[in-house]
Amino acid sequence: MKILVCISNVPDTTAKISFSDGDTKFNKSGVQFICGPYDDYALSRAVELKEEHGGTVTVLNVGEADADPVIRKCLAIGADDAIRVDAEPSDSYFVAQQIAHIAQQEKYDLILMGRESLDFNSGVVHGLVGEMLGIPAVSPVMHLTIAGNTASLTREIEGGKQEIEATLPLVLGCQEPIAEWKIPSMRGIVSARTKPLKVVAPTGEALSTVEKYALPPAKGAVKMIPVEQVESLVDLLRNEAKVL
Amino acid sequence: MSVLVFAELENGQVKKSSIEAIYYGALVAKATQSTAKVLAIGASNSDTLSQLGNWGASEVLWLQETWDSAQIAAYAHALADAVAQEQSAFVIVAKSVLGDAVAASVAAKHKAALATNVVALPDHAAGVTVKRSIYTGKAFATVKLHTAVKVLSIKKNAVTPEANAGVAEVKHWQPSSNAANTGIKLVATHKASSTVALPEADLVVSAGRGLKGPENWGIVEDLAKALGAATACSKPVSDLNWRPHHEHVGQTGLKVAPNLYIACGISGAIQHLAGVNSSKVIVVINKDPEAPFFKAADYGIVGDVFEVLPRLTKALQ
Ligand SMILES: Cc1cc2nc3c(=O)[nH]c(=O)nc-3n(C[C@H](O)[C@H](O)[C@H](O)COP(=O)(O)OP(=O)(O)OC[C@H]3O[C@@H](n4cnc5c(N)ncnc54)[C@H](O)[C@@H]3O)c2cc1C
Repeated sequence: MKILVCISNVPDTTAKISFSDGDTKFNKSGVQFICGPYDDYALSRAVELKEEHGGTVTVLNVGEADADPVIRKCLAIGADDAIRVDAEPSDSYFVAQQIAHIAQQEKYDLILMGRESLDFNSGVVHGLVGEMLGIPAVSPVMHLTIAGNTASLTREIEGGKQEIEATLPLVLGCQEPIAEWKIPSMRGIVSARTKPLKVVAPTGEALSTVEKYALPPAKGAVKMIPVEQVESLVDLLRNEAKVL
Repeated sequence: MSVLVFAELENGQVKKSSIEAIYYGALVAKATQSTAKVLAIGASNSDTLSQLGNWGASEVLWLQETWDSAQIAAYAHALADAVAQEQSAFVIVAKSVLGDAVAASVAAKHKAALATNVVALPDHAAGVTVKRSIYTGKAFATVKLHTAVKVLSIKKNAVTPEANAGVAEVKHWQPSSNAANTGIKLVATHKASSTVALPEADLVVSAGRGLKGPENWGIVEDLAKALGAATACSKPVSDLNWRPHHEHVGQTGLKVAPNLYIACGISGAIQHLAGVNSSKVIVVINKDPEAPFFKAADYGIVGDVFEVLPRLTKALQ
């Protein structure tokens, strides 16, 4: 089985978000970058499927050279090789186009990625890639097993879940608990250094551009209610906050 | 030219989130001197659909198919066809599992710029720009859309619908061709029987590890019931299987934007806050005065949930 795992290089979940250059650029200084947590689930499940069924796991990132440490970590976790499309991942359409372009040449059985990236939270790259390749895309997938050419999966919907059967090839957006996050072993880290990481040029253009970033207005001070007066909260919510 | 809104039906009724999308679409139509049309797919009735005129729709294209929500390709094929037939400049969907999937497919079919998590009406001053939420609610981006067709998925509360008496013309509609079979087979659907759906809820009562165990959720449910609220939980709570996964909010769970979010026995880790920071009013109940959640709260009570929740429930009844 040939699996492609698409990963994003994103600020750590605890990173302080700020902008520079007149609010036109994300301020990277002091920010630790990680493999998107949802992408991490996708990668972990891909490595498990490879162990179970044989085959290969290729990691794909659309990003600039500063993503290489995160890509190497994915190789250490168990991917066999990696491709980086050397470009800023400027919008979902652009990223999807790069993934579809590579998948057209290589014919993967499964294309896995996170349900959404942690930075832009668009949650549409899997859907775009599926449409571009003319194969189904399903998200957010919580369980995935493969038997022959058939995938059995569970995805989350509002207020519950759906069990779905589908035929490979497929594009899947993944989330917990599809697999446990894997921590690279010492041996993995050593072997990752020599695994192939191919850098390729991008194709096509983005359809949208970010003009400006902004932070939400600061939250006002919290009003503390003494525990003896718990009941007064009801009145405050009704008449002051007007939410009841 | 038109603005086309994809409306989701549930038990014959238009979902609340779709009403927001229709109202949003009507305002976009007004700003661009075009008309707002709605594509509704599923079982319903003409009366219900014509009432969408109250929210600004001038016409409803009604496709009476009862596809399950896993048939994304069929929905997307129909919507993309309607976009072509109606020469739509804007396609509006409400954020949902189906809405975002359909939006992605339609955008790819029409090579259209796509923005999700849109929080406000478009600005037409210089080209078309929209404001969207990014970094899980920790920031916003103003995005310029460069294509003739633009697809927008709007987040809850992007607009506050106000009804104006009107009647939409309801037309029975068919796509010009059928979608190819994608081989996606829905085997089973498991849905909680809870009365209030969390993603659309205006009031949410959420609880964390401070509740100590699943057997204690009665006091959370009682408060939710007294308020007519949906229940939610923190990640460890769903990891421990105290509550189902679809109730888990935060960075790796559902992002909610209710008018009121009451957090009970939740510490307020940054990853949890990421999923709830778009709430209008946040109440935090925690026995630790140093809990980080108080910094993100509008109202705080330092106290024991086992005492505070039943008293609140009683005060509401
Ligand atoms: C990559 C990543 C993603 C994550 N994503 C999410 C996410 O999406 N959602 C999420 O929630 N978390 C997420 N987390 C986990 C997050 O960091 C916290 O661990 C988690 O939110 C803590 O849950 P909690 O507040 O229920 O539990 P705790 O942190 O254990 O807090 C329990 C709180 O209850 C209070 N308490 C205890 N007893 C009582 C009582 N009797 N009365 C009143 N108060 C009481 C305590 O004072 C404490 O503040 C993520 C973490 C990582 C690393």
